[in-house]
Amino acid sequence: MYEFAYHRPASLAEASALLTGNEEARPLAGGHTLLPTLKQRLAQPSDLVDLGGIAELKGIREEAGGITIGAMTTHGAVAHDQTVRRLIPALADLAEGIGDRQVRNRGTLGGSISNNDPAADYPAALVGFGAVVRTTAREIPAEDFFTGMFETALEPGELVREVHFPRPDRAAYAKFPNPASRYAVVGVMVAQRGGEVRVAVTGAGPSVFRWTDAEVALAGNWSPAALDALQVDADGLNSDIHASAEYRANLVKVMAKRAVAQIP
Amino acid sequence: MPTVSMTVNGRPATGEVEGRTLLVQFLRDQLRLTGTHVGCDTSQCGACVVHVDGRSVKSCTILAVQAQGCEVTTIEGLAAADGTLHPMQAAFREHHGLQCGFCTPGMVMSAVELARDNAGLTEAQVREGLEGNLCRCTGYHNIVKAVLAGAEAMQGQRPAAAE
Ligand SMILES: Cc1cc2nc3c(=O)[nH]c(=O)nc-3n(C[C@H](O)[C@H](O)[C@H](O)COP(=O)(O)OP(=O)(O)OC[C@H]3O[C@@H](n4cnc5c(N)ncnc54)[C@H](O)[C@@H]3O)c2cc1C
Ligand code: FES
Ligand code: FES
Repeated sequence: MYEFAYHRPASLAEASALLTGNEEARPLAGGHTLLPTLKQRLAQPSDLVDLGGIAELKGIREEAGGITIGAMTTHGAVAHDQTVRRLIPALADLAEGIGDRQVRNRGTLGGSISNNDPAADYPAALVGFGAVVRTTAREIPAEDFFTGMFETALEPGELVREVHFPRPDRAAYAKFPNPASRYAVVGVMVAQRGGEVRVAVTGAGPSVFRWTDAEVALAGNWSPAALDALQVDADGLNSDIHASAEYRANLVKVMAKRAVAQIP
Repeated sequence: MPTVSMTVNGRPATGEVEGRTLLVQFLRDQLRLTGTHVGCDTSQCGACVVHVDGRSVKSCTILAVQAQGCEVTTIEGLAAADGTLHPMQAAFREHHGLQCGFCTPGMVMSAVELARDNAGLTEAQVREGLEGNLCRCTGYHNIVKAVLAGAEAMQGQRPAAAE
């Protein structure tokens, strides 16, 4: 790891001041993506701004019938929170399935979505539930937030503060985990809210996307069989040592059916 | 260079570190607590697991300065002052939960948290709960047996002073 200057601001204003105008500075959240990257010397930030001392970035609260979660809230805290379990159990399930216990004890919601790994779990929840990302500058709808592989709408120096998740009437998440890392080879969140059905897919493409054919089919007939006749186009999907694009295309359908089948 | 202070196994510990010094490097190289191991550089093996403020974490994936002011417990801090093993350590010995022993400190630290968080631990919970710990000798069968026995022994006991 290259040396850097370490800062631990106590407020969001202080953190923003440290990051603004310094393109070489990076925020540090749970460190479970950033520190392994630095160990491999794949990045060389001049300054790390640790968000761990900022109380206003932590916590989970009920808001407008849904849930609002601070950027520095760990996956473990989301998985075990009674409010999340009661209002959006599919979100608690998704958080519980991230990595392993130690990753969940450190990794955070804000770090995960800011990184936008194509195989990360949270993007499927944000897009599936129509969440809103609140930053130090503005509010960004989830679909506009995730812009491409490891890319988001965040401007330099802009920080995720919290995410608001509206409550779906029913939802479930199914993923085919990589057996070593537990990252999603493919993960699918299906959610219904009023007349709207959303099917959000992570792991399969360069960034999370909605499978609109499935949304239409499920809106007419909420059952795994409604997806039988559909095919996912492998064109543009990820292909790597873990799975070919064709295999992932098939997995999208299989995971979507499993998710629907979980819901009574 | 930043100075870092924390409580390690119940005793205050202070040292000069670089920003990039990992907690595991501080524990092993400066405090000479070499029971905590390093088995990978991808944050996957769990040989380095310690407790920070009561939560199991991979000490290779947290900076020493991030543990400023925290309570850290390593494998050396589990046994009682007179050398009596923690029930989880005793169970690993009794049930042959180790072969070469390299993964064992991390396994034990993860298992102690797992048992503390889940009364009436099941085999499935143990296998899921040890997802972040790899055993290169692949002795998982006896590790699971040891954790189940250790968890039961912990329930019969009041929490040990250091934990
Ligand atoms: C062994 C292992 C297994 C894993 N398995 C999974 C898995 O199954 N599913 C999954 O989804 N993830 C998995 N992860 C990733 C894990 O969830 C990470 O914790 C997460 O991707 C990054 O979160 P973090 O808090 O650690 O962020 P960090 O690593 O600290 O930061 C990540 C990036 O986001 C930036 N950043 C952090 N916080 C903010 C903020 N508030 N505003 C703006 N930018 C910010 C940082 O500058 C950095 O570029 C795994 C990781 C490991 C090591
Ligand atoms: S040394 Fe492998 S996870 Fe820490
Ligand atoms: S006992 Fe050898 S690595 Fe687990």
